[in-house]
Amino acid sequence: MIEAVGLTKRYGAKTAVYNLSFQVRPGTVTGFLGPNGSGKSTTMRMILGLDAPTTGQVTIGGYPYRKLPNAPRQVGALLDAKAVHGGRHARNHLLCLAQLSGIPARRVDEVLGVVGLQDVAKKRSKGFSLGMGQRLGIAAALLGDPQVLLFDEPVNGLDPEGILWVRNLMKALAAEGRTVFVSSHLMSEMALTAEHLIVIGRGQLLADMSVRDFISANSADFARVRTPDSEPQHREKLTAALTEAGGQVMPEQDGALRVTGLPLPRISDLAHGADVRLWELSPHQASLEEAYMRMTQGAVDYRSTIDQRAGLQEQLPPGAVPQGQMPVAGQGQPGWYAPPPPQQGGQPFAMPQPQMPQPPQDPAGTPNPYAGAPQPPAAPVPAAAPAPAPDLTKGATDNEDAAR
Amino acid sequence: MAAAQVLRSEWTKIRSVSSTVWTLGLAGVVTIALGMLISILSRNDYDSLNAKDRLTFDPTYISFAGMSLGQLAMIVFGVLVVSNEYSTGMIRTSLAAVPQRGTLLFGKVFVATLLALAVGLATSFVTFFAGQAVLGPYRAGLGDPGVLRAVIGGGLYMTLIAMFSMGVAAMLRSPMLSLGILMPFFFLISSILGGVSATKKIGRFLPDQAGSRIMQVKTPFDDDTPYGPWGGLAIMVAWVVLALLGGYALLKKRDA
Repeated sequence: MIEAVGLTKRYGAKTAVYNLSFQVRPGTVTGFLGPNGSGKSTTMRMILGLDAPTTGQVTIGGYPYRKLPNAPRQVGALLDAKAVHGGRHARNHLLCLAQLSGIPARRVDEVLGVVGLQDVAKKRSKGFSLGMGQRLGIAAALLGDPQVLLFDEPVNGLDPEGILWVRNLMKALAAEGRTVFVSSHLMSEMALTAEHLIVIGRGQLLADMSVRDFISANSADFARVRTPDSEPQHREKLTAALTEAGGQVMPEQDGALRVTGLPLPRISDLAHGADVRLWELSPHQASLEEAYMRMTQGAVDYRSTIDQRAGLQEQLPPGAVPQGQMPVAGQGQPGWYAPPPPQQGGQPFAMPQPQMPQPPQDPAGTPNPYAGAPQPPAAPVPAAAPAPAPDLTKGATDNEDAAR
Repeated sequence: MAAAQVLRSEWTKIRSVSSTVWTLGLAGVVTIALGMLISILSRNDYDSLNAKDRLTFDPTYISFAGMSLGQLAMIVFGVLVVSNEYSTGMIRTSLAAVPQRGTLLFGKVFVATLLALAVGLATSFVTFFAGQAVLGPYRAGLGDPGVLRAVIGGGLYMTLIAMFSMGVAAMLRSPMLSLGILMPFFFLISSILGGVSATKKIGRFLPDQAGSRIMQVKTPFDDDTPYGPWGGLAIMVAWVVLALLGGYALLKKRDA
């Protein structure tokens, strides 16, 4: 069991981890999620006693790592797959780590077999692919047959077969009653591997719950219901009927209703009972990935901007229409089942965007690079094109304020 | 127990990378070859020396002339042994396995020092005999007064240079930075400081100049150095202890 209490780490003016408290329990795979730079690796290093926390503490089985008796036999870790001397061959790399921990040399050959590297055991690790490096790192973590295992981004660079192998290995290790703590920035991978999730952003705890709870709390299934535009009183009537039946109803900007808490057939029955015609009744589901994105978006340190390629373009003569302004197929076109757009700054569904099929508009929350540019007549942009940049900033500050 | 494990592991680390063989091999070959070359030149030059120079003609020290270059390879060895861990990131894995950081550092230094001592002594003896063989009629014998001390001292000198480099590398972590400071220092700055009369008094307390005193059998006439051969070696040892303690203090305190 790993327990962090009020863990804080500052590097000069930058706070990498702030007031983090969590527990990692034995017998399950615990996923440690967060965007790049959110403090996952720093936390892992503090667990292993490599970095000293500024305040707070983290213990394994009740001991700080540096005081843990026989630490390498109790805790195994993969921190960085590239942290091997390239000139040393795989077996010697593991052998020196084994000797450091007082583990017999035959265990080295065992773990080489477990990770499938026995054929390249005498090859220099310089020539290893990232996936082979990950396997070597996992082998090092398994050397001491430890009860507590930490893996920092173990599936990076692995092929699909390797990813499946890692997933099953983690589950098998946890099923043996071990504590398995796996960091990743891939929600989809963690949803398949982990049973419990600890989500951090900007070094602060965002969520600490089981995957099942995380899904039900964040996946936000809803039904969209649309009544005829010509009869607004029907809309009021239906809202009343649905609310009475126990559903939550939120109006959308374009007049549709977003209904949660009622199954689709029941909505249809209620509408029929209230004598209201429906133009639309459709199921919507936000994926776990979406929920994670929404949760962490205010906490992303490194955000890409649109590549305007302005530095590469020649100056256009005055009055000329710029080239390459046509929208790319499949990009910027809202799907019928598009999940709620993430530009609401972590406030799900508070300010829904229009979902009618319409010309280019970007549901992914990136500023539309074409919105401000002169448009060729063929691709008109709606006047209500979203300008999400201020929203994002707002979301970020909201998030920070909320966390203080 | 932990110390024995660290020693075994460090031996595996040090023997399983090719840089060990290359740097130590180069240290030996360069020292021996250059020593022989200078010895040949000195032998041919002997007839043109005046009486005073003939009196202070030091065949032992001449045969060790290659050390000024050979020590550079020793510096590279000492730096790489320590900073390899940092440049590869393996230090984290090592420190996770041995949370007692002092044990890890001194275990590493101990193993590397033993190896450097073996290579240094072998180099020193081979250099001496090869140089004397080339010097022919002007040669010194191992049984002459002070000669055995100088030859063993040559091996100790190479070992201490490597140890000093390990301490500096433990402080600086980066191999490029460590080499970039140590190489010009020992190859240029130290000899410039020792060669210019104004800075000579300071220069002779630098580790290499103080330490190399032990390889001299005959001292120059106008020599006013305030320490003897063993005193000089003690000054060098003090430098080494200082560098290693600095490295230990930083490793202990620093985030890995």
